[in-house]
Amino acid sequence: MLLLALDTSAAATVALLADDTVVGRFSSGDTRSHAEVLAPAIRQILADAGVTGADLDAIVAGVGPGPFTGLRAGLVTARTLSFVWDVPLHGVMSLDALALAAVAAGAVDAGSTFLVGTDARRGEVYWASYRAGGSQDMDVAGPPELLDGPHVGAAGTLPPGVPLVGRAASLYPSDVVGVPAFAAADPDAVSLGRAARSRILSDLPLLDTTPLYLRESDARVPGPRKRATA
Amino acid sequence: MSAQPLVLGIESSCDETGVGIVRGTELLTNTVSSSMDEHVRFGGVIPEIASRAHLEAFVPTLRAALDDAGVTLGEIDAIAVTAGPGLSGALMVGVSAAKALAVATGKPLYAINHLVAHVGVGVLGGTFPEGLPPNLGALLVSGGHTEILRVGDLAHDVELLGSTIDDAAGEAYDKTARILGLGYPGGPAIDRVARDGDPRAIRYPRGLSQPKYMGTAGEPGPHRYDWSFSGLKTAVARSVEQHEAAGLELPVADIAASFQEAVVDVITSKAVLACREHGITNLLLGGGVAANRRLRELAAERCGAAGITLTVPAPSLCTDNGAMVAALGAQIVLGGRRPSGITFGTDPSLPVTSIALPDRNHQ
Ligand SMILES: [Zn+2]
Repeated sequence: MLLLALDTSAAATVALLADDTVVGRFSSGDTRSHAEVLAPAIRQILADAGVTGADLDAIVAGVGPGPFTGLRAGLVTARTLSFVWDVPLHGVMSLDALALAAVAAGAVDAGSTFLVGTDARRGEVYWASYRAGGSQDMDVAGPPELLDGPHVGAAGTLPPGVPLVGRAASLYPSDVVGVPAFAAADPDAVSLGRAARSRILSDLPLLDTTPLYLRESDARVPGPRKRATA
Repeated sequence: MSAQPLVLGIESSCDETGVGIVRGTELLTNTVSSSMDEHVRFGGVIPEIASRAHLEAFVPTLRAALDDAGVTLGEIDAIAVTAGPGLSGALMVGVSAAKALAVATGKPLYAINHLVAHVGVGVLGGTFPEGLPPNLGALLVSGGHTEILRVGDLAHDVELLGSTIDDAAGEAYDKTARILGLGYPGGPAIDRVARDGDPRAIRYPRGLSQPKYMGTAGEPGPHRYDWSFSGLKTAVARSVEQHEAAGLELPVADIAASFQEAVVDVITSKAVLACREHGITNLLLGGGVAANRRLRELAAERCGAAGITLTVPAPSLCTDNGAMVAALGAQIVLGGRRPSGITFGTDPSLPVTSIALPDRNHQ
């Protein structure tokens, strides 16, 4: 199974996976240059691997939650590639990638409940709670099970005392119990691709690529005019 | 490549998702999906709502454009996309999509200037049957911009002579329409009501018209060809208040007509002045507000008096669209310029002197 995965819910990340083997990967150093770096990274990875779009079995895109502008850059890229190459397109919740990475690394205990939290800016986090499978081997246990979420809110409002995987742990150390090895981790395309593969192998449904904004546009309907110069 | 390049253009700088396809100067499709209806209740374009709409509209608009033009992506010679100026988040969607399209098809990509594309549209649809005329200028008036340009050569030489220093003219219409309770978009609403009003009822200010801003032809002031519309909106608000305070019925038609007259008067007088002083004898009127009845009327009158030939493209080519991007892209291809590559960034305030972005990797 040859998958091109990309996630732009935090950094811009791209991975080419042949079954469980990482053929190529890219991650941007920042969270604000997605529209610039994403397409060149995809082209490079495919060229280095000698793969064309038509060779892909599917494209997998992280649907967030994440800051809107970067998220959209990834989703419109994935949708356009899928359209032109006529390759199936799947969405995966971006927090699923972190959850899977933490379980695969043994950073959370088998069968335990844990949280994933990322930077939602404005003093808030995107988060969800998961239960790890009975085995670190995703081919055996399937991907971590989503119990609740995704949500957006202040770190202080998360379920207390539950280990948290992701950047929210280093941003809000006094509010959450961080898993040290993953305290500065963001969703990554390699884990996203593996989450998609795990769901496909486990016969679990995948998402479409509707973005998970979780917040309204902030637009306000103007109220009735009180004073003309107001 | 055939003599006439087949170019697909992508536009997403404001609230229209546009995909146009041209073969040289021949228009094959001008497919547009607008999020305007979603902005009505807010009385203006909300950037985040526009950006969300671009994401949802892009692939369906692309598909519809290819169907309408009856061409395949494989036949396309080049892709062009608006890189700026415009709303940052909105530009980001079109540019990301265009780059993905370039990667997936292997076609060269040109990152081009939205304002110059408004002029580039002039090569299409028989707007100028003999091709772009010499001594050309462009007056662009829309919800997002108000500019007067000198166009030496579409692919290489465009100069900004003047622009608004605050609100765009279309924005002033929207804000004034809100004050008068006329709804959104403000341009058509005010134009409609203004027909029944007296344009001389109230003398609203013509921004940046005082001698200290204008100077003389020999010694131009700091804003000789620039506009300002924010004071006008305040003046309208003040006259509404005065009527309310006096318990008088609001003369909406007179206010609308007087406001419109102030906008159109100052736009056309400064534009014609700029033309005269820069040897411009052919003026293209573009942008969404080019559809405004009074603007066209007064522009025609004043251009006629000054010996300037005024040309207004079809309304569907004046508002933001992908065909204008494709049209400029084709001219740039024919002008022999290199593609922009796929590493360029968007630029919300891209100057008109930057007609097509250079390839960062081949400079
Ligand atoms: Zn425009």
